Amino acid sequence: MSAHRAPTGGRIDRSKTIAFTVDGKAYAGHPGDTLASALLANGVTLMGRSFKYHRPRGLLGAGDEEPNALFTVLGPGAVREPNIQATRIEIFDGLQVESQNRFPSLSFDVGAINRLAGKLFSAGFYYKTFFGPEWIKGTRVWHVFEWFIRRAAGLGSASAARDPARYERMNAFCDVLVVGAGKAGLAAARDAAEAGKRVILCDSEPPSPAATAEFAAHANVECLPRTTVWGHYDDMTFAAVERVADHLADPPAHLPRHRHWVIRTKEIVVATGAVERPLVFPGNDAPGVMLASAALRYAAEFAVRPGARIVVFANNDTAYAAAAGLAALGSTIAAIVDVRPNPPEAARALAARAGAELIVASAVVSTAGGKALSGVAIAEIGPDGAPGANRRTLSCDCLAMSGGWTPQIQLAAQQGAKPRWDERLHAFHAPDLPSGWSMAGSAAGDFDLDEGLSAYPAPVFEIKAKGKAFVDFQHDVTADDVRLAHCEGYVNVEHMKRYTTLGMATDQGRTANLAGLAIMAEARGLTPPEVGTTRSRPPLVPVSLGAITAERKDDLKPWRLTPMHDWHLENGATMYNAGLWSRPMIYGAPGETIEQAYVREAAAVRSGVGIVDVSTLGKIAVQGPDAPEFLDRVYTNLFSTLAVGKARYGLMLREDGIAYDDGTTWRLGDNDFLMTTTTANAGKVMQQLEYYLDCVWPDLRVILTSVTDEWAGAAVGGPKARDVLAACVSGAKVDDAHLPFMGIVKGEIAGAPVLICRLSFSGELAYEVYSGAGHAAHVWEALMAAGKPFAITPYGLEALGTLRIEKGHVTGAEIDGRTTARDLGLDWMLSKKKSFVGSAMMDREGLFHPDRLRLVGLVSLDDRAINGGSHVVDSLDGEKATQSLGHVTAACFSPALGRYIALALVKNGRERLGQRAFITDPLRGRAGPVEIVHPVFVDPEGKRMHG
Amino acid sequence: MRITCPHCGRRDVAEFTYQGDANRLRPDPASTDQAAWNAYVYDRVNTRGPHREFWQHSGGCRAHLAVERDTATHAILSVSYARDSDTARAGRRP
Repeated sequence: MSAHRAPTGGRIDRSKTIAFTVDGKAYAGHPGDTLASALLANGVTLMGRSFKYHRPRGLLGAGDEEPNALFTVLGPGAVREPNIQATRIEIFDGLQVESQNRFPSLSFDVGAINRLAGKLFSAGFYYKTFFGPEWIKGTRVWHVFEWFIRRAAGLGSASAARDPARYERMNAFCDVLVVGAGKAGLAAARDAAEAGKRVILCDSEPPSPAATAEFAAHANVECLPRTTVWGHYDDMTFAAVERVADHLADPPAHLPRHRHWVIRTKEIVVATGAVERPLVFPGNDAPGVMLASAALRYAAEFAVRPGARIVVFANNDTAYAAAAGLAALGSTIAAIVDVRPNPPEAARALAARAGAELIVASAVVSTAGGKALSGVAIAEIGPDGAPGANRRTLSCDCLAMSGGWTPQIQLAAQQGAKPRWDERLHAFHAPDLPSGWSMAGSAAGDFDLDEGLSAYPAPVFEIKAKGKAFVDFQHDVTADDVRLAHCEGYVNVEHMKRYTTLGMATDQGRTANLAGLAIMAEARGLTPPEVGTTRSRPPLVPVSLGAITAERKDDLKPWRLTPMHDWHLENGATMYNAGLWSRPMIYGAPGETIEQAYVREAAAVRSGVGIVDVSTLGKIAVQGPDAPEFLDRVYTNLFSTLAVGKARYGLMLREDGIAYDDGTTWRLGDNDFLMTTTTANAGKVMQQLEYYLDCVWPDLRVILTSVTDEWAGAAVGGPKARDVLAACVSGAKVDDAHLPFMGIVKGEIAGAPVLICRLSFSGELAYEVYSGAGHAAHVWEALMAAGKPFAITPYGLEALGTLRIEKGHVTGAEIDGRTTARDLGLDWMLSKKKSFVGSAMMDREGLFHPDRLRLVGLVSLDDRAINGGSHVVDSLDGEKATQSLGHVTAACFSPALGRYIALALVKNGRERLGQRAFITDPLRGRAGPVEIVHPVFVDPEGKRMHG
Repeated sequence: MRITCPHCGRRDVAEFTYQGDANRLRPDPASTDQAAWNAYVYDRVNTRGPHREFWQHSGGCRAHLAVERDTATHAILSVSYARDSDTARAGRRP
């Protein structure tokens, strides 16, 4: 047992020893220890270097309020998690941490030279510095300074390695959510549980034996230890983070690291306690100066003596109780220094019990020591906090201070209402709360104190002696910084916060905000409530991004696979993720490049026959007596005139006249249509159609059903396509007379019913064969078997894209939310006989401007590939090299032409056909000459598909 | 925020898709009044307080709902089927 650890007491398990390292140095502790308590028990007082001045810092607090002792937790692997409070790290065997913001080591830190340049780093430093004097503007010299400054100031650094941890998200519902498992929280949970309510009890700390024992028998109480409720959202929804596995040396695989809780409750009891405030005086940040409550907690919970000889410095009675407690646990209390001239009798009795000299109407005015405290100087003070000239020194190795108490109201304050000032507590209470909310315990200002004692402090926040007196420890903001902000006009609290960065560190200014407000109020000649407090927003503690993202990253995202998926894999397909769908990109033969494979596949379609899986197209059954009228309203062309058993290509616009989506719609019966959409827009089109039926035309008798997953499709295309169908379709004739272009027949393939529509995306004689999804793999294999004598070639997305580029057919790359039907050469689809969605706005003047980007084709003149996304320019030299005329939307090698070609959207493109231009792609270093041509490269008359 | 769907009951907002301001009326389809169409497509009043809007229960029954929501507090003041709303009624054939 070390000299700092008492032989008995506390919640630690002395029978086991835990080994951990800090900066590679080995230390030992016990189960139940935090990193903070274990280091303190090892006699370590220096635990960090401050943000700007690199001042040595030790523990100020013992919980969420800790601003100084921040470490980087290492592992697993290359993972580094910076800025974790030592008070939040539960030690385990093999724990490795690093100290931060020091070079080369924590005890010898070169950056501490910043302390000498203190004036340079005052409030608004960044704003002032980076403006710079006039002569330096336009030079890069500030970038050089910035590099040094960013290295010098800051906290830990994260790793760029991928986080291997798993995170989880959980939804929970309850009648009463109790936040905080202290005395008040336990009482609230007990009352609710006994009333038969479903209770969730969250607490930031490890499981408390009291809560565990009490609620083990209650099925209606769920205890969530290590769980911080950090955000309030509408309708009594709360966000919490549970640190599930951070404290485990070897977490079981089924446990996530953190769990994100979304808790919906009917009532909430906020029992988050109160945080003790530091007093602001020169040297108040020295290692060894800590909050009186924290000192007592280390002694009581962890059996660690925060010091052998302690001086207590206070403006209220509660520190007397802490002094008595510390004395009972084995520390010597040298003195209690109280700013008040007349502490009450009960407090004096406690001082006597602690064996402490009581020094009233006095204050600590400086501290001595470096990495550990050696003593403090005190002086008498007047009522305004100004110290007299006479100094007296007291030797001590710990100063336990108490500047009053701040109820932890952040969660309740997130509602947005203004907190209420308490003139006696000198702190803000929660705003007036709506029904369902209550505050309990010290969070409500209700302190559990012995008779005759009070938590109300004397209104002294700052001791105005000479030297750096810190308000915000983590961001190194001093009392003078706050006054400087005032002098420079940043008098609003929100401005003061942003200018000085007070309260903006990872501790959110828990210990700092009130003193900052009080100093600003004094500077402005106002009271703190007149100055007001800053707005409280979530999250109120640091939350891992992994927890918030949780499984939404990829685990639970559905995969959409077509019925032919296994066939594709078995037949050598390289799959490609298109949205949630997995689709074959190519069916590469051994040794083939991607380009060789798709060129072979596309050429096979033009010369023989190919087959492609088109099951991913969106499919919507549009049915009902008003279905023809509905389609006339949503498509630019007429569908009411379409004969039963025929299909038609349709285009939809948005209300603003811009092209939205395209596809074919098949008339299966008078009132029965099967609409297809693009793969990408299937969901959006469905939603849009539902919107029109529900909100715009509620009298139309139409039923919409998404049947994307019910139907699977195979497109069979090429000069031999008809032969393949003739060889396998029964119950229907597929010759040109019975199945003309855009005709539909019903038949069977290998015993499975199919719906066949003769339509073409490739430009060849082609058929789409639809079958029920359950039959689709069977039908596909039958088509492959029937096609074998014709050397049927399965083709993937690359060849599909090549064939459509050659035909100038548009997809989402061209229907990009900016182009009109005219831009895409689809004017012929705009009916003049009816109005439709978009018809009123598609004729706006700007949409006819000659400079609009219009669809054209490009042919590479240097026989090199054209990159998608390249810009089209008039010249590669001079100014015109950077004046874009448009961009490439899709590109490929065309087996039909034997050239590299592309589709592009080019300014006034239709007037440029036959002209020479250049493509330029500076990012990938590709530029070269192209000819602008008509976008239909192959068979412009459509003879092949009509053949 | 939760919305009580008349068909499915009280559900989390994550199940719903916002489908826009429910106050705007689509001009007569045959109208070529560009000002009216411009107002319908682009103009919105950024109301503070009660606001009528459409939400689709896209993760549930897929009905569009006419919801009155206080934009300042996110309190849901009323919910009904969009088909029965004044806005939708205006689109019915005479």
